[in-house]
This record gives sequence, structure tokens and C-alpha cells, in this order.
Amino acid sequence: MNIGILLKEGPYNHQASDTAFKFAEAAIKKGHRVDAVFLYNDGVTNVTKLMDPPQDDRNIAARWSELGRQHGFEILACIAASKRRGINDDVLVEGSSITGLGTLTDIAIRNDRFVTFGD
Amino acid sequence: MHVLRHAPHGTIYTYEGLEMILIMAAYEQDLSVVFIGDGVYALKKGQDTSAIGIKGFSRTFMALDGYDVEKLYVDQLSLEERGLGEDDLIVGVEVMNSENIGKLMKEQDVIIHH
Amino acid sequence: MLHTINKSPFETSTMETCLRFLQPGDPVLFIEDGVYAVQASNRFSPMIEALQKINPVFALQPDLSARGIDSVADGVGTIDYEGFVGLVEEHQVNTWF
Repeated sequence: MNIGILLKEGPYNHQASDTAFKFAEAAIKKGHRVDAVFLYNDGVTNVTKLMDPPQDDRNIAARWSELGRQHGFEILACIAASKRRGINDDVLVEGSSITGLGTLTDIAIRNDRFVTFGD
Repeated sequence: MHVLRHAPHGTIYTYEGLEMILIMAAYEQDLSVVFIGDGVYALKKGQDTSAIGIKGFSRTFMALDGYDVEKLYVDQLSLEERGLGEDDLIVGVEVMNSENIGKLMKEQDVIIHH
Repeated sequence: MLHTINKSPFETSTMETCLRFLQPGDPVLFIEDGVYAVQASNRFSPMIEALQKINPVFALQPDLSARGIDSVADGVGTIDYEGFVGLVEEHQVNTWF
């Protein structure tokens, strides 16, 4: 099955990003394909490489980047939401990019399942 | 289907939700928008945000018609329990009971809450 | 259609709102702070019990464990993330937050 994910909250402040990540990992483990993770609202701050949590905590941006690299999906931040929040190409982790809501429309249409994580 | 569930100015969810709806509508998707809970406050007439320093957007809902988003549904109970009626809303909507909104939801491939 | 709920019913009306729109047979999955709804013998237990007569009810075990909830209302199924994916295989998803 092909799965599109929409993540609407930023890292750490809400569990949404963690749940989305665990869900994506489990879906891949079960043989499904994660097509893309689209970031909206504060969700766009999940992919800034400027985040630098304490060493004993998860690095949410690095973790998404790594999972995407291993399994061939992109993490896409909405351009309008990114501009509002100071996210641009200079701060993105590897494997993420900035795109428009038209891309989200495609993701919503072309996948067997579309799963939102928010708060 | 888009579901608006937040009041308009306390958080950005409704505003960014509306932005998403407008773009998706421009891609000629067959969209419906449902207002549930505090989401109905987004349609309240007479909003004036000039003194809180936030751009108002309630009039944008009037533009949805031009984007072929013609299906605006409002949850009847949400409206009633807030002491509001159709006359209090800035656009024409279809007021629907939860049973029928629930059935409509079940038919959807994609539902996005805002 | 699978409905997920991630809010404690003690904190917000998300669960009660979701339940109003639920269709018979639709599974409900409590995740994150939503799992407090299914802790045994709380104020919402009668509601969960009534719900189960018409809808399958699940809670995400990792979220229960994280919150120290070791006793859930009778009949509530506990699943892990792969179980969550399993439900998504069967249903489109309606995420309530």
C-alpha cells in the first residue's frame, strides 16, 4: 500500500511528530511504501537542521531525514507555512524540501491512504 | 473533505486551513468543507480584527463560491449550542445534523481536520 | 472508516465530538493523551462500554505504557504501531485532535 502522511505540528511540543514517525516506521516494516511526509502549520519546523536537542534525546529532524533517506521518501514543507516561520532552504535537513500545497493535493490523491497527525 | 474545528483567531489553524482549501480547490478537487465545534465561529458575521493586529479573513469564506467550493456544511448542534443561527453566518451554508455529516464523512477518501 | 482520538476526554470535548459523527462498525483508536479515556473505572467508562456495543475500540499500547495505564476498560483492544497500520490497511482514516 502507498501511504501519504500529513504532519501538522512541530517537534517536541506535541507528540504528533513522534507518533507519525513510529507509524511510518511500522508501515515500512509491514511492507508498505511511505510516499511522502508533508509538513503543514508548525509542522514545517520538524526539518530544521538548527535543532540541537540534548544528546540523550531524539533529534526529530535527523530522524525523519534518516528514515526518508533509507526508504526513499521526501519530507516536504509547505512554502507558505515555512515562510511564516522562518524556514527556508538554508536550514533544511537533507532529504527535505520546500514545496507548495499543490504537491499536497497530489499526495492526497495518488496514495491508497492519507493519514494526518496533528494536535 | 476539510473539517474546520477551531475558532478563527486564537490559533492559526482555521486561517491556514482556509489557505489549504483555496489551493486544493484551485486544483479542481471536489471539495466539501464542514464546520464543527468552535469552527462555526469562523463564519460569524461582524468580525473586526483591526484592534488585535491580526489580519481578518472571514470575508474569504465568501470567495469560496468562486473557487467552486459550494459545499459548506455546518453542524447543527454546534451552531445551536453556541446560540447561533444561519442568519449569524457570513455565507450561505447547509446546516446538517451529525448523523448526516457522519455518513458524508464515511464516504470520503481523504479527511483533513484543521 | 478508522477514527483516531488523541486528546484526553478530561481536557477537551474531542472524543465526545468524534463519537457524535461515528458510524456503526467504524473502529475507534485512542492514541497519545486519548488513551486516558479507556483507563478502567474512570468517569468515561460507561461511555466506552456503550460505544463498544456498536464500534470496535482500540488503544495504542505504547501510549498506555508511557502513561502508566495498566488497566483498561473491558473489551478495549490494545495494539502496537503495527496494529495501528493494520487498521489503516482496512480503513480510510479520520484523525480527530
